[in-house]
Amino acid sequence: MDFIGQGFIKALQLLLSGDKEVYSIALLTIKVSGTATLISLILGVPMGLYFAVARFRGREFMVGAVNAGMGLPPTVVGLWVALFFWRRGPLGFLGLMYTPAAMVIAQTIIALPLVAGLTMSAVQQLSPKLRLQILALGASPLQFWWLILHEVRLGVLAAVMAGFGRVIAEVGASMAVGGNVRWYSRVLTTSIVLEVNKGNFSLALALSFILLFISYGVTYWLTVLQQRRRQV
Amino acid sequence: MRGIRSLTILLTVFVIVTLAACGPTTETSEEGSPEPEIKDLILSTTTSTQDSGLLDELIPIFEEQTGYLVKTIAVGTGKALEMASLGEADVLLVHAPEAEKEVEAAGDVINRKLVMHNDFILVGPANDPVGLQELETASEAFEALFENESGFVTRGDDSGTDKMEKGIWADLGLKPNGDWYIDAGSGMADTLKIASEKGAYTLTDRGTYLALRDTLDLEILFEGDPILLNIYHVMQVNPEKFEHINAEGAAAFVDFMVAAETQEIIGEFGVDKFGLPLFFPDAGKEDQYDL
Repeated sequence: MDFIGQGFIKALQLLLSGDKEVYSIALLTIKVSGTATLISLILGVPMGLYFAVARFRGREFMVGAVNAGMGLPPTVVGLWVALFFWRRGPLGFLGLMYTPAAMVIAQTIIALPLVAGLTMSAVQQLSPKLRLQILALGASPLQFWWLILHEVRLGVLAAVMAGFGRVIAEVGASMAVGGNVRWYSRVLTTSIVLEVNKGNFSLALALSFILLFISYGVTYWLTVLQQRRRQV
Repeated sequence: MRGIRSLTILLTVFVIVTLAACGPTTETSEEGSPEPEIKDLILSTTTSTQDSGLLDELIPIFEEQTGYLVKTIAVGTGKALEMASLGEADVLLVHAPEAEKEVEAAGDVINRKLVMHNDFILVGPANDPVGLQELETASEAFEALFENESGFVTRGDDSGTDKMEKGIWADLGLKPNGDWYIDAGSGMADTLKIASEKGAYTLTDRGTYLALRDTLDLEILFEGDPILLNIYHVMQVNPEKFEHINAEGAAAFVDFMVAAETQEIIGEFGVDKFGLPLFFPDAGKEDQYDL
């Protein structure tokens, strides 16, 4: 079990010594997963709000799709995105295969159902009377959505945490559409896989600690935001 | 609306992250090197060249000399050849001569050149229950493994190593199956780990085994039969057959791999770490192998 202790020490050494490659990998990880989380937040929160409140034909189908999408395996997403971005694929002319941009797109697809679905269930936990009350007080449509969003902000933050946690931890999609290209599209999870394959267990362990630091740091910061505003 | 503030802060930070993400993401220095017309070059190769660390040594030199950005996609040889047949790669570095020749005959790849070799070895538990160490030929060794049923882990991933192993069974007219024949469906490193944990035998390339030797309970139990040579060729995807191929970059990479200076680096790679080279340079020796 010395392995774990050694890995932890090595992780600190890598961070403190300012290892250029490790820093660039960690930074790319944050950029790619952060961007994907942001996009899924911008798209997913309105989707979740709308699906929760609106009544329209095919709503149950959409809600079912969102709920099923929460469990979408990253490898499957990677495969589908790759099929589109291959040179001979329908979007091949964009030249996005094996780029960080393709990774952002794949991770957005992974995080979006999670953000939309958790937002939706947060809204549906509100008392149905609240909706009538807001409308009775004469709110405009914009004010209505704004107030609903205000009521479910804790749930939205939880959705963001879940989405970020999922994409920063996934490896299948990043490997498939990013290609794990050194200095270019290598993120923490794909480099951990590579180092395990090379037999560098201590380095792999150190990288996994760095992944945990980042993941915990971001989640902790979001938790502080979430809990600070809580009145009860 | 003060409760919304947390969301606003969150959004602002993510916007900053996004803007940062739009900045340059590469850190390779390209100063002083010529700027090629198409910069990206997709190299489809086997896991063994990447996992051994050889490409980390060679690719920066090539990028420095030519200004290309090499996107190394390390997959099994089967998938690497498939990528060539689909026109999804520009240049290949792989090790399954028979399969390569088929792809070449189909006109999917051109300019195929011999680069280097190492060899395959049979590894297994130190007590060697099958007694491979007393055997002379690879055929005898595989027959003994088949008859003893004492445990063999196969890659099962259509890689060059997998093709080599399956080819030997087929030549002997044997169809291994049963509990003793474990299909790992994994890369070389994982397969070696499974063999080590289960006290089973496996076929491995020497380079990956040497790189991982300290983490495994496996010994070299059979080696040296000429049919176990592991031969690597470089080749470019046929630009006349597919669109968007970076033909100039691919040709430059083929030339680079067989250049005298590169061959020298290949021959010395691994000596400082393992005391012996992992690969033996072979450029221009096509005649020796009858390929």
